[in-house]
Amino acid sequence: MTTATAPAAERPTPGAPVSDASGTPRRGLATRIVTRLGSGVVQVVLALVGIFWLVPTIGLLFSSLRSASDNANNGWWHALTKPSQLTFDNYQKLLDNKTLVRSFLNTVLITVPATLLVVIIGSLAAYAFAWLEFRGRDWAFIVVVALLVVPIQVALYPVATLYGHIGLFGTIPGVVLFHVSFGLPFAIFLLRNFFAGIPRDLLEAARMDGASELRIFVRVILPLGLPAIASLGIFQFLWVWNDLLVALVFAGGNAKPLTVTLQEQTRAFSSNIDVLASGAFLSLIVPLIVFFSFQRYFVQGVLAGSVK
Amino acid sequence: MSEIATGGGAAAVAAPTAGPEPLPPEEGRRPILSWTVVAFLLPAVLLLGAIVIYPLLATIRSSFFNASGSSWVGLHNYKTMFTSDATLTAIKNNALWVLIAPVVVTAIGLVFAVLLERIKWATAFKLVVFMPMAISFLAAGIIFRLVYDADPDRGLLNAAVVGVHDIFAPASHYPNARPRDTQLLGAAPGGGYQTTKTYNPGDTAEIGLLAVQAADIPSSAQNAVAPTSAAGSVTGTVWFDFTRGGGGVQNQIDPTEKGLPKIRVNAVRGGSVVANATTDNQGRFTLRGLGSGGVQLRLAGSNFGTPFHGADWLGPTLATWSIMAAYVWMWAGFAMVLIAAGLAAISREALEAARVDGATEWQVFRRVTVPLLSPVLLVVLVTLVINVLKIFDLVFVLAPPSSQDDATVLAREMWTATFGGANDQGLGSALAIFLFVLVLPAMIFNIRRFRRDQA
Repeated sequence: MTTATAPAAERPTPGAPVSDASGTPRRGLATRIVTRLGSGVVQVVLALVGIFWLVPTIGLLFSSLRSASDNANNGWWHALTKPSQLTFDNYQKLLDNKTLVRSFLNTVLITVPATLLVVIIGSLAAYAFAWLEFRGRDWAFIVVVALLVVPIQVALYPVATLYGHIGLFGTIPGVVLFHVSFGLPFAIFLLRNFFAGIPRDLLEAARMDGASELRIFVRVILPLGLPAIASLGIFQFLWVWNDLLVALVFAGGNAKPLTVTLQEQTRAFSSNIDVLASGAFLSLIVPLIVFFSFQRYFVQGVLAGSVK
Repeated sequence: MSEIATGGGAAAVAAPTAGPEPLPPEEGRRPILSWTVVAFLLPAVLLLGAIVIYPLLATIRSSFFNASGSSWVGLHNYKTMFTSDATLTAIKNNALWVLIAPVVVTAIGLVFAVLLERIKWATAFKLVVFMPMAISFLAAGIIFRLVYDADPDRGLLNAAVVGVHDIFAPASHYPNARPRDTQLLGAAPGGGYQTTKTYNPGDTAEIGLLAVQAADIPSSAQNAVAPTSAAGSVTGTVWFDFTRGGGGVQNQIDPTEKGLPKIRVNAVRGGSVVANATTDNQGRFTLRGLGSGGVQLRLAGSNFGTPFHGADWLGPTLATWSIMAAYVWMWAGFAMVLIAAGLAAISREALEAARVDGATEWQVFRRVTVPLLSPVLLVVLVTLVINVLKIFDLVFVLAPPSSQDDATVLAREMWTATFGGANDQGLGSALAIFLFVLVLPAMIFNIRRFRRDQA
């Protein structure tokens, strides 16, 4: 698919409105009325679908703003008619809850290095695959493509054993390294395809001037590759932030991120809605902010990443 | 150190469909390795080798070993996987997931993408539907635990289902209430009660009920009032024949006893209903237009039935389907965005030409849009199949403990076998390798697609 390989700058940007078929040829009045009516129906249907899609998340938000006893009594929608139910108490309690605050911090401590490392190591390797010559390069890259879909399950136990030997089991660096490793095939794939689209002349000129490969990489490739790097970074950030399974296996004790701590709380779901709803909202607000701030890059990452 | 590139080829930036520049073909003329290459590749190679490739090989090996990895057991773990109940349930559920979820997600994404072309606020819609992609399976799991709560007072879905149900089949107001005087009232078909005695127009009836829950009596209910006779009609009172705090006479309307509103009373003659009435706030009813002859009074079964509570969405039978619906909510945006991007690349002329030729919108969609989109649809489907094969978090979080074993999937069984208490790394490894084998076709698909794009 070309969506996966064309440089991001030239991909259609799905965030932007799709240009409608302008310049429609002359049509009969009847056709126009039918079209207009049809469009009205479409508007209504899509508006309803949009509301339908939003309601579950709104439900979480409202549940997080109601007391435990209100949540135990009846559904969140009662707060619509009784706004006096709404309170920030749950969030106050969340901030006082040392375990959850610690977990939130752990999530940050896992996500930020895992994102930065994958970007750095991935772009170094991608540059080698795109612009450096070495024997077996094509085959090595096929291996990278093959690794794109390897399920993490195949590595969980051996890596846990390995971490046990070198003292990384249950630690934040252990979780980070696992995320980086399984993020690398996609990172290399995405960035290599983008870097390869950078005009050769720019590199040649720099090489003629005697610039080292490292200098070319830092001064030419990284600035020009920024859109793809941003896509990758956001994708990896959300991937790691939202992960449960890897952390469930490798993060123990004080290293647990928010997803694991909250998952443990779901065992007593209905008596725990105040903690769970506010905690879940806390865990999703960061990805949502990232998503809305950088949705263009996120969408490009998804377009390019439709193999993972 | 740096090598002057030998391969030619124009830069690909100007031609989006051409893909990246082909790799220079002269393998033999390349240097074997240089320190520069090693420096750029080393971190990635080390990590991929230590944490992806070596573990993959180690897992293949341990899938042929026993639970603790100490002795060779051949294919025993694989045999267990295909014979034990838990893993068979997982395989069956994974098959359902793979067959249904990707197709549904793709179909919904396709419909949204096509409809989006006709509205001006497409961007807003895309943001709303795409947003769940950004949140974790864990958060989605908690969101849908709230939606699927079986109690219609708390779970949104059941509240909606019960609301709609009660529009068509009125709710019973007094579940499990029964008559005080079993001589006067016997069981009627449909779960109601019917008088043994017949009433003629002008007669009055006093029907006392017991076992009414205090919470079921509406606040509008007033003290019961004895019926007054009316010519041509049968009048009566239905009341709660119980005086709180003692006192009161059985089968008699005492001063503080409440009338029961909204009870449906039928007049029955020869087995068929000839008149209907509903009690007022004092429990009184009037059956008019009875014609001549006596009637029996029936309190319809719908007054007393157990109320409809909706479905147990996360119970053992429905859990897998409900979890799939949550998955569709999360991933429809992904399919929509990819397909919309593909749609934007389709030539407008092809669609317009078909319309000018008199094709209906459906024909245009079926005969032009879908075939032109098929490469994109294939990529979306393959991606979703891979994703669904590995599904874990959503099942793990959304299925309550009592349904976990019925909704289980391969990835959860793998986790349970290896880390979740079973301590059987042999079986866990076999399950992981089974997952790996299942994604192999997708791996081959990706490699071929990649090589074709390079050619």
